[in-house]
Amino acid sequence: MSKYQVDNRGYYGPFGGAYIPEMLFPNVEQLEQQYLEIMNDPSFRAEFDQLLKDYVGRPSPLYHAKRLSERYGATIFLKREDLNHTGAHKINNTIGQILLAERLGKKRIIAETGAGQHGVATATVCALKGLECVVYMGEVDIERQAPNVARMKMMGATVVPATSGSKTLKDATNEALRDWINNPLDTHYIIGSVVGPHPYPDMVARFQSIISAETKIQLLEKTGKETPDIAMACVGGGSNAAGMFYNFVDDDVRLIAVEAAGHGVDSGETAATTVLGKEGVLHGSRSILMQTEDGQVVEPYSISAGLDYPGIGPQHAWLFKSGRGEYVSATDDEAMQAGLRLTQLEGIIPAIESSHALAHLEKMTFKGDEVVVVCLSGRGDKDLDNYMKYFNL
Amino acid sequence: MQLNKHANGLLSIYFTAGYPTLDSTVSIAKALEEAGADFLEIGFPYSDPVADGPTIQHSSEEALKNGMTLSVLFEQLQDLRKHVSIPVFLMGYVNPVIRFGVENFCKACKEVGVNGTIIPDLPMYEYEELYQHIFEENGISNIFLVTPQTSEERIRKIDKLSSSFIYLLSSNATTGKNLEVKDQAEAYFKRIKDMDLDNPFIIGFGISNQETFRKATTYANGAIVGTAFVKLLDEADYLAKIPQFIQNLR
Repeated sequence: MSKYQVDNRGYYGPFGGAYIPEMLFPNVEQLEQQYLEIMNDPSFRAEFDQLLKDYVGRPSPLYHAKRLSERYGATIFLKREDLNHTGAHKINNTIGQILLAERLGKKRIIAETGAGQHGVATATVCALKGLECVVYMGEVDIERQAPNVARMKMMGATVVPATSGSKTLKDATNEALRDWINNPLDTHYIIGSVVGPHPYPDMVARFQSIISAETKIQLLEKTGKETPDIAMACVGGGSNAAGMFYNFVDDDVRLIAVEAAGHGVDSGETAATTVLGKEGVLHGSRSILMQTEDGQVVEPYSISAGLDYPGIGPQHAWLFKSGRGEYVSATDDEAMQAGLRLTQLEGIIPAIESSHALAHLEKMTFKGDEVVVVCLSGRGDKDLDNYMKYFNL
Repeated sequence: MQLNKHANGLLSIYFTAGYPTLDSTVSIAKALEEAGADFLEIGFPYSDPVADGPTIQHSSEEALKNGMTLSVLFEQLQDLRKHVSIPVFLMGYVNPVIRFGVENFCKACKEVGVNGTIIPDLPMYEYEELYQHIFEENGISNIFLVTPQTSEERIRKIDKLSSSFIYLLSSNATTGKNLEVKDQAEAYFKRIKDMDLDNPFIIGFGISNQETFRKATTYANGAIVGTAFVKLLDEADYLAKIPQFIQNLR
């Protein structure tokens, strides 16, 4: 077993665990005892693989971005999660979890969402399976992300505003956890990132590991070698990065995770967790967390709603602390410029989240023969408003 | 600090430190003792209280705005034992405790005369692995929660690990939902009573009036009122209203 994967107590080094109130214990214990068995069951695998292929459209292409490569002097591939159904990597996880929920006999699905991508991906699989769906979303985010709210509603989901705290992703997660406490028997909570109590971080990472599993096969085909020199992804909670890194953690591959620096790591308006965070517990796991001296969680900021989270998943905390991963950050401005650059060099409009990963390329130096894979986690359609405002389009 | 296993009709009151004003903590504790409460739970606020309903969430938010922190609370409690003699437990979430330092926290509790702690998101496994020895060295009892879904095996384990009382949740719910006294709830209370545990058990969550208090204490050694009391603190002249509030529950 890799020392970078979860151990049998639910920890990654000192991070992880299940810091949950007793009210959630039976649900989390049931998941913990059954998730591996269910995920390894041949009938589950067959249905999961078939849906990823025919419904999501996998495998997603590994695209050799030639003009981008030319600019940086390296061989750069983009893993095109933006081409998935619903426009991002989020659906890999929701497909997995809805099949799991069915096998656990759950009738009702809840989820949290920030920008709405995970909410849409959850509403989508609930429509697909005919299950009741309730999505918690911060009141502020509901106003900012009207098209995604409409998409969820069209698919039959109930969108409940989270009105506590800052009324954004963190508070939506609190409300979803409260719902789960009050509905312990019939409800499954589909967490959208590699956060939450064990086994969620491991389970979500396994569902997202398809990203690096496919990358290995595609790289072998294209370069004759199944590992790149560098694998890169953006990190909010960290699910696309966890998927991109999953099959490379024990290989000789540099892992680079790019956090959102917002207006700058020292500006007070940032989501650069590994720079500013300290060890702590939020949403059921021990990780690195932006917080005050008194242990109150600090509100993060990023132009990208998907990276606007005050923590990172426990596996990322461990990859960071152990030095296995390189954790860096990109500001709003750097990300926006990188988004425009990709659009003009390759004709691909990336999600602003993914633009953060692309932004870091500007700060790197290459010898010329490196193979780099960047996870293009989502498409930019949802961000057009932001791009229009930023560039006065 | 072990509560008496044969006690009955114990009334505990929960309130949030620093609410409604930063300095209200000790005066409320004093008024509650004078009014006849048997023990107290003082909440220390957290930004993300997932086990709480809207009323206690609101009190935590306000307390944080008022400037309440664990350091401020321990300062306020320096003279606690000059004014209050009934048992006092601190209740809150684990992150502020980790930030404060678990050892510092336990030492500070001991120093000011706090008897125990209730930390809902510090589960048994993590407590045993990481922190039990620190709590025990300082003589601080940590209280564990039991819900209708907790297995008998787990309840037995909690009983062994407990040294004060067991906090029985009336239902699987966040705070502030009224207890519906149905056959199901009664069967659950009776099931726990019949287990003849080593520790007394106190029922909390959903206890808001005399009817629910009496129903709970038919089975349990006592009951805890939180949300209903925190609502009283919104009223003008709330200190003067505390005796009547306690009397109405008995």
